[in-house]
Amino acid sequence: MAARVLVGVKRVIDYAVKIRVKPDNTGVVTDGVKHSMNPFCEIAVEEAVRLKEKKLVKEVVAVSCGPQQVQETIRTALAMGADRGIHVEVSGKDYDSLGPLQVSKILAALAKKEEASLIILGKQAIDDDCNQTGQMTAALLDWPQGTFASEVAVEGDKLKVIREVDGGLETIKINLPAVVTADLRLNTPRYATLPNIMKAKKKKITNVKPGDLGVDLTSRLEVLRVDEPPQRQAGVKVETVEDLVGKLKEAGRI
Amino acid sequence: MFVSRRGFSTTAFLRDTTVCCKQIHESQCNQTTFIHSFSPCLLALAMAVNYGTRSLTQLAELPELHQMLRQTCRDYAEKELAPVAGQLDKNHTFPAKQVRELGAMGVMAVEVPESLGGAGMDYLAYSLAVEELSRGCASTGVIVSVNNSLYLGPVLAFGTEEQKQQWISPFTTGEKVGCFALSEPGNGSDAGAASTLARQEGDEWVLNGTKAWITNCWDASAAVVFATTDKSLKHKGISAFLVPMPHPGLSLGKKEDKLGIRASSTANLILEDCRIPLGNLLGQRGMGFKIGMQTLDSGRIGIASQALGIAQAALDCAADYAHKRTAFGAPIARLQAIQFKLADMAVALESARLLTWKAAMLRDAKKPYSKAAAMAKLAASEAATFVSHQAIQVLGGMGYVTDMPAERHYRDARITEIYEGTSEIQRLVIANQVLKEYQQ
Repeated sequence: MAARVLVGVKRVIDYAVKIRVKPDNTGVVTDGVKHSMNPFCEIAVEEAVRLKEKKLVKEVVAVSCGPQQVQETIRTALAMGADRGIHVEVSGKDYDSLGPLQVSKILAALAKKEEASLIILGKQAIDDDCNQTGQMTAALLDWPQGTFASEVAVEGDKLKVIREVDGGLETIKINLPAVVTADLRLNTPRYATLPNIMKAKKKKITNVKPGDLGVDLTSRLEVLRVDEPPQRQAGVKVETVEDLVGKLKEAGRI
Repeated sequence: MFVSRRGFSTTAFLRDTTVCCKQIHESQCNQTTFIHSFSPCLLALAMAVNYGTRSLTQLAELPELHQMLRQTCRDYAEKELAPVAGQLDKNHTFPAKQVRELGAMGVMAVEVPESLGGAGMDYLAYSLAVEELSRGCASTGVIVSVNNSLYLGPVLAFGTEEQKQQWISPFTTGEKVGCFALSEPGNGSDAGAASTLARQEGDEWVLNGTKAWITNCWDASAAVVFATTDKSLKHKGISAFLVPMPHPGLSLGKKEDKLGIRASSTANLILEDCRIPLGNLLGQRGMGFKIGMQTLDSGRIGIASQALGIAQAALDCAADYAHKRTAFGAPIARLQAIQFKLADMAVALESARLLTWKAAMLRDAKKPYSKAAAMAKLAASEAATFVSHQAIQVLGGMGYVTDMPAERHYRDARITEIYEGTSEIQRLVIANQVLKEYQQ
């Protein structure tokens, strides 16, 4: 029976917002843009809360790395049913270059500090689509991992995870402690109820610095340039199949 | 009354408050020296500081709790209400599933304390919730509003502990909704002329008469019914009763075929020797008119919020369309005619919203709020009809067809100027309050 679950939640630009690239091509415009919790992180929180409701875990701790604003994201997790939150303070240049490697180091350190026996994350974030944090965290902790989970069941001190893979569904059994990353069909996240939103205000969010966890935030990556995807060009109509083959050869496609 | 809403330096504050105190004092009685009038001013100052701080920060930016609530309701409206609103309207279907889900979220009983199964939040929270939900579906908004303000409101304010247990707790979950029966075929605005009669017979009340335009009645499990117990006392002879539904002696008229808010049911409530226990009297005998008016004061904030939601949805529709539709070689958003319309729409909406928030905050602070509530409802309903009218204009032909929601917003908006106090009645209420302030 996993006593404590750590759930990572990331604050990302809302999925419905039209993304615009900054004029200097160093990134996307984030000022004044609506942000919300990464949809896969919502699914992760929902799964953790459901495990708590089934009394399979005792405490759900929501973690987020970033500047002051990520506290909103943590509070949303608290309103969904998490018990307390941890805000790992990262801001400025460090936040701009924060990636899966640093976050996984932070999560690994926190998991040891909080004595968590299960980490549930979203499979990927909708802003960088890295799909790496869960896997890296498991590797750093030397824990088994169940990624792209569409179903999670606790069986004694093991977890049965059904994974969505290219070939279909794969069922694995892994020992606890473990890392699980949530895929779309794992569950449908709940809407926070008004009483829970009220209760969320009273739940504790502790502030932690990456230095306190002994984590070095230096990035091994440097973003050179960010561009919009190329504009879609109009198509060309051809009369015969020969014309089609000719055009394709011209374009170097075949 | 007089709160300083301008800058927040203490000197400015003192100046404003003392000036106001002086004016009130002058208006209230003979001219006394300023020094003598200072002690009531000190008290007023203290009150004003307390109130002023809260109202300023809240008008500038909502507290975090309210922001979270607003976001949750917005998410729900966008994902669960907006996609089905058209269908609900077309088929006149009561959104039972959505009402249950909203009940589970606590939205069907926002102000009801947690001990009775409600969310235990304030009226500002309720106003935000109704606005966001109405933005998705105006019918759902009115169903939520009627249950909260018109049904749970009076029972919460005037019911005995026993009545609260019986008539509130089951109506907080979304499984059951209530309704409010004041209007009659013979009187709407003229609420004092109620001709539905209630006579006492042994240990029962016997109700006879017809109530008209009752929202939710086909889907309700209880009603607050107003009937005359003493015709000679005119409006002081009206009492309020709690009637379960269905009940022998109570029948429903045909569902009205309305222009808008079609997913909510509206019909007559017909009482023919409807017998209810004596314990179903709400408040004291003869208190009915007061209960009705007080309830409507609060209900006004709910309807104002619904109107805001409709107006916002119409503005969203128009502004989005203006970006996409091209004419004369560019998006119509570039044309000043469209820009001026959108500006007017935005101003009407935002000013009505601030009036509504103010009314809600006054009520939460337990201050007199009748004038503010009437102003909010008047401004918001007229904003809703104006904005939805202009939205159709911006959309042109597309605004006239059911492919776009603009025509539904136009139809939904119209009723907000009529129910829970017509715009004319609102003007009377406001004028009454304004004139009182200048009483000779």
